[in-house]
Amino acid sequence: MSAPDAGVEAEIARWRAYVLGRGSVSTADADELEDHLRGHLEHLVASGLSEDEAFLVAVKRMGSQSDVAREFARQHQRRLWRELVLDGGAARARGGLAAVLGFGSAAGLAARLGWALGGGEHPQDGFLLGIPLVLGVVAAFLWWRRGSSPRVLAAIGGIAAALASLGLAYPFDGATDTAVLMALHMLMAMWLTVGFAYAGGHWRSHAARMDFIRFTGEWAIYMFLIAAAGGALIGVSLAVFEGLGIDIADALLTWVLPLGMGGATVVAAWLVEAKQEVLEAIAPVLTRVFTPIATLAVVAMLVAAVASGGFEESRESLIAVDVLLVVVLGLVLYSLSALPPDAPAGWTDRMQLALVIAALLLDLAALAAMATRIVDLGLTPNRLATLGMNLVLVANLAVTAVLYASRTVRNGPLAPLQRWQTRYVPVFGVWAVTVAVALPPLFAFA
Amino acid sequence: MKVGKDLMAASAAPLVLAILAEGESYGYAIVRRVRELSDGELEWTDGLLYPLLHRLEDAGHVSSRWGVSDTGRRRRYYEITDRGRSELAEHRRQWAAVAAALQAAWHGLGDAVDGTMRPGLAL
Repeated sequence: MSAPDAGVEAEIARWRAYVLGRGSVSTADADELEDHLRGHLEHLVASGLSEDEAFLVAVKRMGSQSDVAREFARQHQRRLWRELVLDGGAARARGGLAAVLGFGSAAGLAARLGWALGGGEHPQDGFLLGIPLVLGVVAAFLWWRRGSSPRVLAAIGGIAAALASLGLAYPFDGATDTAVLMALHMLMAMWLTVGFAYAGGHWRSHAARMDFIRFTGEWAIYMFLIAAAGGALIGVSLAVFEGLGIDIADALLTWVLPLGMGGATVVAAWLVEAKQEVLEAIAPVLTRVFTPIATLAVVAMLVAAVASGGFEESRESLIAVDVLLVVVLGLVLYSLSALPPDAPAGWTDRMQLALVIAALLLDLAALAAMATRIVDLGLTPNRLATLGMNLVLVANLAVTAVLYASRTVRNGPLAPLQRWQTRYVPVFGVWAVTVAVALPPLFAFA
Repeated sequence: MKVGKDLMAASAAPLVLAILAEGESYGYAIVRRVRELSDGELEWTDGLLYPLLHRLEDAGHVSSRWGVSDTGRRRRYYEITDRGRSELAEHRRQWAAVAAALQAAWHGLGDAVDGTMRPGLAL
């Protein structure tokens, strides 16, 4: 069989360019479609059609390009929840209102239990027990929704129980620095446990990790909305009951607040999945609005750092920069998770690159200030934890910057960036567990 | 006769899995096999097969590799996985249940239709 003549060859090239121009079809996809088209052409020509006729028939059979492109787009942006909720198949998401209420109440009671313990002689026990319990319930809720295997539940329960008992076993003398640090890193470790449940135990899957990153951002938005509305309601209730001469501040603080906060964690997780379309539309817009603002803010900070001659040797400066890096990473992750893997490079990418580089430079200035401080005064638990977290974040952002740079220069795909971020997730877990477990005894629970 | 869109969509995944259970294959060959198996009754839009194959791959039901065709073109070959085989078995159970129910329902209907068509016998 001879190759098609030059005219048909040019038609195929045009057709291919047109398919690629749809955006949702990657080059590999186009290769595959082209192989199909050529296979069909050969077949039709062999059965007696002229090459021009064969081309028309083969293209027609391929289907409307917009239909094909739409299907490819659907496949690329496919999310775990869609597979679980819509595509049917083996795993179907369970859980109506009754499940949400049940798990929500359990999370509320867990928070209330922590609250009760925190009011006693050992205030640190409140959060050291409350965090693993509440997030353990959130993870169990996701486990139940997925109908995952009992092994997943056993792993969730094991991690939560181990962290909680360790928190209670450590002889902290009140809410000391190491106790607070342990609680913070426990929060991070438990959140990744929630991710393990979210992925239905398939935590190695790149797609599941990306979905969980998305879930994290959307969960945070829902939590914020619920907290804002709940806070406003509590404020109004306080004012009205005070006008009636009834003091409800105690009841609100000891019951309504912990129960509400605990329950909200489950409700937010449910809302993310049940009302997916709502945020799916907002998330990319939010990122696009916040990235330029954040870039401006960080550049302003950088200018100020240069003008003022660097950071003062204050305790808080590195913590502030750590928080800033977390925000920057959050923006990067959020925009990455909102885009399809083959989205073309655009101004948002250049903006992200500028944001990350500015944040890294600012961090360098803070680290320089910190270094002299450590040399002068030695390591404290706070310094070690903030410094370590800083390194974990800087390593991530430095590679992110390099990948963004090569993407903007070569107009490459987004996939390497997304892979890097999903591969990095366990690093946070390892660091969180290390600090939570090892730091308190290292510094004698000070 | 033309098979409806919904029915075609519902039967696409089990058909592809069943064809791949016969052995490794690629897109165009799968489409031809479908036409062959259905005597041309199932007319797929060829382009839509690929998003389906990729979805099956994401779900772990098939695996793919890039190879080279006889004429030297880059070609992507698909193979069914163990998970795909158990998924296929599940599809078979479900389709058998649907087909059996329809068969039973139409059996009764068939008699009624036959009855009206032969008024002489009914009288």
